[in-house]
Amino acid sequence: MTPRPERSKWRRLLIPFGGLCLAGFAAFWGLTMPQRLDADALAGMDGDPARGERVFHLGGCAACHAAPSAEGDARLVLAGGMAFPSPFGTFRAPNISPDPDHGIGGWSAYDLVNAMRYGTAPDGRHYYPAFPYTSYIRASTADIVDLKAFLDTLPPSATPSAPHEVGFPFNIRRGLGLWKLLFLNEDPAFTGDPSDQARRGQALAEGLGHCGECHTPRGALGQTLEDAWLQGAPHPSGKGKIPALAGLDWSAADIAAYLKTGFTPEFDTAGAEMAEVIQNLAQLPDEDRAAIAAYIKALPAP
Amino acid sequence: MTIMTRFAGLALAGLMIAGPVAAQDAVADAIKARQSQMRLYAFNLGQLGAMAKGAIEYNADQASAAAGNLALLSTLNAGAMWVPGSDSMSVSNTRALPELWDNMADVGAKAQALAAATAAMNDAAGNGLEALQAAMGPLGGACGACHKAYRAPE
Repeated sequence: MTPRPERSKWRRLLIPFGGLCLAGFAAFWGLTMPQRLDADALAGMDGDPARGERVFHLGGCAACHAAPSAEGDARLVLAGGMAFPSPFGTFRAPNISPDPDHGIGGWSAYDLVNAMRYGTAPDGRHYYPAFPYTSYIRASTADIVDLKAFLDTLPPSATPSAPHEVGFPFNIRRGLGLWKLLFLNEDPAFTGDPSDQARRGQALAEGLGHCGECHTPRGALGQTLEDAWLQGAPHPSGKGKIPALAGLDWSAADIAAYLKTGFTPEFDTAGAEMAEVIQNLAQLPDEDRAAIAAYIKALPAP
Repeated sequence: MTIMTRFAGLALAGLMIAGPVAAQDAVADAIKARQSQMRLYAFNLGQLGAMAKGAIEYNADQASAAAGNLALLSTLNAGAMWVPGSDSMSVSNTRALPELWDNMADVGAKAQALAAATAAMNDAAGNGLEALQAAMGPLGGACGACHKAYRAPE
């Protein structure tokens, strides 16, 4: 008996089509592999909690991971819960307190480096870039090891992390690997040749300080638009705008004073998210704020 | 219909028109008043801030005068300036978020903290530049606490 001709025709088509699908899936899988640091990269490194406290304030961890509207000592309980509405859905800051079950008490410093620099969870999942690893990738491994030592000294919280509310297709986390291929790199955003002080400020502002995450406009895929670096952006709430830093007409002394006290040169004060940023930056030594101010003054005006 | 009832009817109609207008005026006046209070804060803070940043030379008398004004300003009873309906959802010329009216106990606590910070500045301002500079940060924090929670971004 001979097979019906139509069937064999289908089979002839089906095999290459299936092969194509498999190859496509393999390519997708390969391209979206989570990135991690070499396993021995932290050999011989010991975290220093005192230095880590500075990293903690510069990175502004409490700004997102403390419970919403926490003040005072409660800002050191990193229970999470703050909501971040975006065009892709609502993200929620997770618990990163040292609780072993609900927080990151069970993490190694290596896990934290992979999370902060590559957006890779210990189990290999990709984090959403609401977590600003696109900036933190410029932080040094040593800084993050120190930070982990400091985070371990904070009070644990047994509050479970709330899930993100993100719809299809953004809920397919593996796809974030493609986003990272396109948009995650540790190249400096500002390519000018500033003073040594401004260069130090650049490392603080573009890395742990993550100024660009709010002050730079974003494209359709949520990526920061580097050719409009720090040129201001609409507020993600849809109301109001986030001011430009490039071309800011304040003096460097004005900027440094603002980052410490929250007072603008007109003696208005920072509000909303920036008030939170200043609460954190006020904890840094004066030379860090002066360096950030020098960097902002070095930016080309749009 | 007697003259009296006709007059009462007219008065009532007048009230129905004037009522909302009067309320709008009251809101506008209250917003103007509290923004004026903020201007006075800014002017006196400007005196202290210019010294703190080294833009002008430190002067103990001038610093004490400005700090004294701040202390007075922070103890004004401003309750009537924050009338209901004068929030950023109801009118356009304010950034005061409606949440402020839902959290009056917290607003009161923050006002008390501001009064404590201006009192500390009042103690410090006449005692040299370093004392003044050290008091600027906590004072900025006290101002910022309310703006962080209850003021919309620009």
